[in-house]
Amino acid sequence: MLTGSGVGRGAVVGPVARAHPAPPTPTEAAGPDSEAGRAEAVERVAQAYRDVADALTARAEQAAGTTMGEVLEATAAMASDPELVGEAKTRVMQGQEPTFAVDHATKEYIDLFTAAGGYLAERVTDLRSVRDRVISRLAGLPEPGVPALAEPSVVVAQDLAPADTAALDLDKVLAIIIEQGGPTGHTAIIAGQLGIPCIVRVGGAADLADGQVVAVDAAAGTVTIDPDDDVRARAQARGDALQRLADDTSDGATADGHPVQLLANIGTAEDAERLTDAAVEGVGLFRTEVLFLGRTTAPTREEQADTYERALRALGGRKVVVRTLDAGADKPLAFVTRSDEENPALGVRGYRLVRTAPELMADQLHALAEASRRTGVEPWVMAPMIADVDEATEFARLAREAGLAKVGVMIEVPAAALRARDVFSAVDFVSLGTNDLAQYTMAADRLLGGLVDLLDPWQPAVLELVAAVSWAGGEAEKPAGVCGESASDPLMALVLTGLGITSLSMSPAAVPGVRFALSKHTREQCEAIAGAARGGRTAAASRAAALELCDPEVREVLALG
Amino acid sequence: MAERTVVVASAQGLHARPAKLFTQAAAGKGATIAVDGGNPVDAGSILRVMALGVKSGATVTIAAEDEAVLDELQTLLETDLDAQ
Repeated sequence: MLTGSGVGRGAVVGPVARAHPAPPTPTEAAGPDSEAGRAEAVERVAQAYRDVADALTARAEQAAGTTMGEVLEATAAMASDPELVGEAKTRVMQGQEPTFAVDHATKEYIDLFTAAGGYLAERVTDLRSVRDRVISRLAGLPEPGVPALAEPSVVVAQDLAPADTAALDLDKVLAIIIEQGGPTGHTAIIAGQLGIPCIVRVGGAADLADGQVVAVDAAAGTVTIDPDDDVRARAQARGDALQRLADDTSDGATADGHPVQLLANIGTAEDAERLTDAAVEGVGLFRTEVLFLGRTTAPTREEQADTYERALRALGGRKVVVRTLDAGADKPLAFVTRSDEENPALGVRGYRLVRTAPELMADQLHALAEASRRTGVEPWVMAPMIADVDEATEFARLAREAGLAKVGVMIEVPAAALRARDVFSAVDFVSLGTNDLAQYTMAADRLLGGLVDLLDPWQPAVLELVAAVSWAGGEAEKPAGVCGESASDPLMALVLTGLGITSLSMSPAAVPGVRFALSKHTREQCEAIAGAARGGRTAAASRAAALELCDPEVREVLALG
Repeated sequence: MAERTVVVASAQGLHARPAKLFTQAAAGKGATIAVDGGNPVDAGSILRVMALGVKSGATVTIAAEDEAVLDELQTLLETDLDAQ
């Protein structure tokens, strides 16, 4: 068995198809010795670069509008880079053999990018791809890369350039295994977007032969050579289940039909427009601060109204929960944030900005009301960082006076959670922000990586506060949602549902996993899982107790451990 | 040569896509770009521009004979090209 770093959760079994190797490294240094020969060679080199750039541009156009298209455009730009082409031509002019000149001209940039590390080092793959294509053309060799696939196969390569990935017949690619590369490389990113299981940095992948059958498990990061029946059956089951998961666009519900709204967290109107085809029931958290960050003055009412209008239109009448400005502390704004606070996380932030800059809130609420009038869609609006019933009451008054009917608050402060009953008396709904709630419950700054254990949403104290809010929501017969990170964890989603949470809002990519987990458990099972989690004395024990009661198929398919 | 000092707005700095758009606009116009008093490089070379490793919020100096070319390049640098 070979191991590497997996991208995605998929698992498949199939035969290996090896990519064409790159052309051999040129070793003959001396080029034409006549001036006419050199001039002719210079022209051949220039033509080869032009041909490669044109071919890449043509592929980029086929993939226009996608990440792949952009990557190909950038690679095409490298092939027509004046400095690179100029350097290769100069070398030929000085008497070097053309393929040798191309190799050495590229090498300068490969060394430069490799030394820079990080993002640039990963672009070295693109540079090599350009070099290999140009050398192959000059040498009359076939283009390096993946062959046409006759049957569904596991593509194995030393590394794949975006151009190689673009040329793949995706219907026949079961998985991609690469010996080099990194999880943030283009192949990994593109495979992830396409839902193709991919394993990078697989040591020993060079020994895999054409036609050899392998089982690829991206969740585990393993490649099993000549897998036995058991391994095959498990890969098959996982692959089938993930496919069904991705195809399912039904509303969120437990196995016995108890509805749990599945919503998306967004930051911009563009995010909302990208949701058109996503299977979500709406937006559970529209973080409006993105509109304000990095500016020297606040956006005008008109500008805000335009943005909110776009978001409301994009969702076509589906629920959209807009959160008013959540700035201060780790999200400073040039025009309101005070610099003289000793504890910014406990300072004038979130809703509290209304104390020092009431016009910000007024502008925002009126802009939202204006967007509502323009679209005929009634948005839900909520304020962040509400601590007590007075704040909730005051916010509800401001929002209703502006003409907004559905008013709620975020519960991120333990005080508001403990007195959720009072808070519910003032508003129509609440949404729990579990990141901040954990920060304030555990007295642990969420920006400090060293305190990540305390910030775990599985901390029993945090679960208790979520339960208290949920209970109060049930009593008031008003919605209590979660829009924090914990909603995207399928196991936590079961706990939250069991506690009585009515909606879960998360990054759109997390929705299929959560939908699947919910569909495999009845409400009663969710309640039992929630009870088990609340019984844990530590975060780890709470999670383990929940996992123990989780459906084995869900554990396996979602690789929950 | 006229010079301008500009703050780069693209969220990812001058990486693949922003670098491509910038160098496309600069190609063949004799413009250069430099960071923090470093050596100016051909602003039309995607490889040279990427190799500068310009981060979002970094200050760069662009130079060209033609003010109109500088205007165009300045506008590109001051736009968040990743957000488009």
